[in-house]
Amino acid sequence: MPKIILRSPDGSEHTLDARLGASVMETAVKHGVQGIVAECGGALSCATCHVYIAESCIGMTGQADDFEDDMLDDAAAERKPNSRLSCQIRMTDELDGLEIDIAPEQ
Amino acid sequence: MTNHNPGTLTAGTLILGAGEAGLQLAVSLRQKGYTDPVTLIGAEDQPPYQRPPLSKAFLSADMDEDNLALRTEDFYAENGIQVLTGTRITDITLDEEGHGGVATTSRDHAISFTKLALTTGSRPRKLNVPGKDLDCICYLRGIPDARSLRTRLAKASRVVVIGGGFIGLEAAAVARQRGLAVTVVETFDRLLQRVAAPPISDFYKNAHERRGTQIILGSGVMALHGTNKKVSGVELSNGTIIPADLVIVGVGVEPRTELAEKLGLDCDRGIIVDNGARTSNPAIVAAGDCTIQPHPLYPAEKIRLESVQNAVDQAKIAASSLLGEPRPTPAVPWFWSDQGDLKLQIAGLSNGYDDYLVRGEPDTEHFSVLYYRDGRLIAADAVNSPHDFMAAKRALTMGATIDHSIATNTDLPLKTLIGEPTTESLRN
Repeated sequence: MPKIILRSPDGSEHTLDARLGASVMETAVKHGVQGIVAECGGALSCATCHVYIAESCIGMTGQADDFEDDMLDDAAAERKPNSRLSCQIRMTDELDGLEIDIAPEQ
Repeated sequence: MTNHNPGTLTAGTLILGAGEAGLQLAVSLRQKGYTDPVTLIGAEDQPPYQRPPLSKAFLSADMDEDNLALRTEDFYAENGIQVLTGTRITDITLDEEGHGGVATTSRDHAISFTKLALTTGSRPRKLNVPGKDLDCICYLRGIPDARSLRTRLAKASRVVVIGGGFIGLEAAAVARQRGLAVTVVETFDRLLQRVAAPPISDFYKNAHERRGTQIILGSGVMALHGTNKKVSGVELSNGTIIPADLVIVGVGVEPRTELAEKLGLDCDRGIIVDNGARTSNPAIVAAGDCTIQPHPLYPAEKIRLESVQNAVDQAKIAASSLLGEPRPTPAVPWFWSDQGDLKLQIAGLSNGYDDYLVRGEPDTEHFSVLYYRDGRLIAADAVNSPHDFMAAKRALTMGATIDHSIATNTDLPLKTLIGEPTTESLRN
């Protein structure tokens, strides 16, 4: 199982085992990690699972598509170049060790 | 009793119904520091799971069943939430004060509780026509339905979808994407009649037709025909028979109110609750699809909302009410529907609109419809237009409107057109 390292806005750090094919958002919610709201359950409809990909991992996750890009424009927290919606990142073995900071507001 | 008797359990709070609302209620109680036992009971065999993908990514096999679960088993253990799956309530009685009571289950538990919440959800409305019990007539509500439909789609070639609402159209899109011959039959003279204005209905008709789906409007279904007990055709009200080897029925849902009625709670097309999710017995709360609640802007009107967002937000309110805490700020209702590559996002409630405008050109498959009532923005349907959706949602959250006269100008981003908040916002 690939691991995800998630940092919550309150500073707590969570290392989670992700199922292959599960999104980062699903993995976080299932484990009860605070800070990812994910109102829409991964349908790319709410922009409440906003995260920042750690500098060292930016190349690993690919780019947001146009729709995700538009949703990120209107996310509650500051949009940054490394912003993503975590429901759109599906876990693969290549993503093992992915480090992510959860946006301070959703 | 032949079964081993699991005996008497004590649940501080007993939550009946293990869908999105039930889960959220349990989670919210814990987040608020409630320390008594919490027991969540569901008739389904699975612990709480995501229902929306059943007509979308799960049905198209882009998502597997293991990823549907909303929480891990460890989460329930760590948070002291006891989940009893595959369990029905066989009897429930309240104590003299009407707060706590005892429930017995199909698995022979006797559960005493001090607080009670009903999150019993809804069931698909059944088609009642000759031939309704033939094989390969599918409904879509739970995992077993979706599993069975997914298997059947893999073998089908001609699909008839009965009902032009969201579930029917989403399932039709999945079937069509698999290359099957798909016909949608709708009783009303337009699709999504109950939930959207004519431009949205017309757009979806055209868009599905462009993708090769046949849409038949204004037609009832008189009978289902079969060969060797398996469906072979759908007979319309004009006598036409459409050949089919798979029929998907999506003609709405009915709230599950049996337990509420047994408890003597007021019901009328749902369990009647106030804006604090309290039933007619204020010690008992209810949340989700099973409830009928005051409209957030027009409280004299009673509405039933069938959405994940409502289930979750109403459950949070219900948890506050159970603990005697102030009601959290209500959220703006919102919904979504994914039909193939068409993404519809809805902010607010368009019920009772007296005016609407179309922003953008529907034929481009990127446009939105804004709904007004008494000159004030009440909702927006955005098709492949996330900026419009987010702007409308923001305006509604602020209690602001978007001026009708300028909102059609697509050169200006909608979010720049949001007016000043009025004093009257969402709170009722």
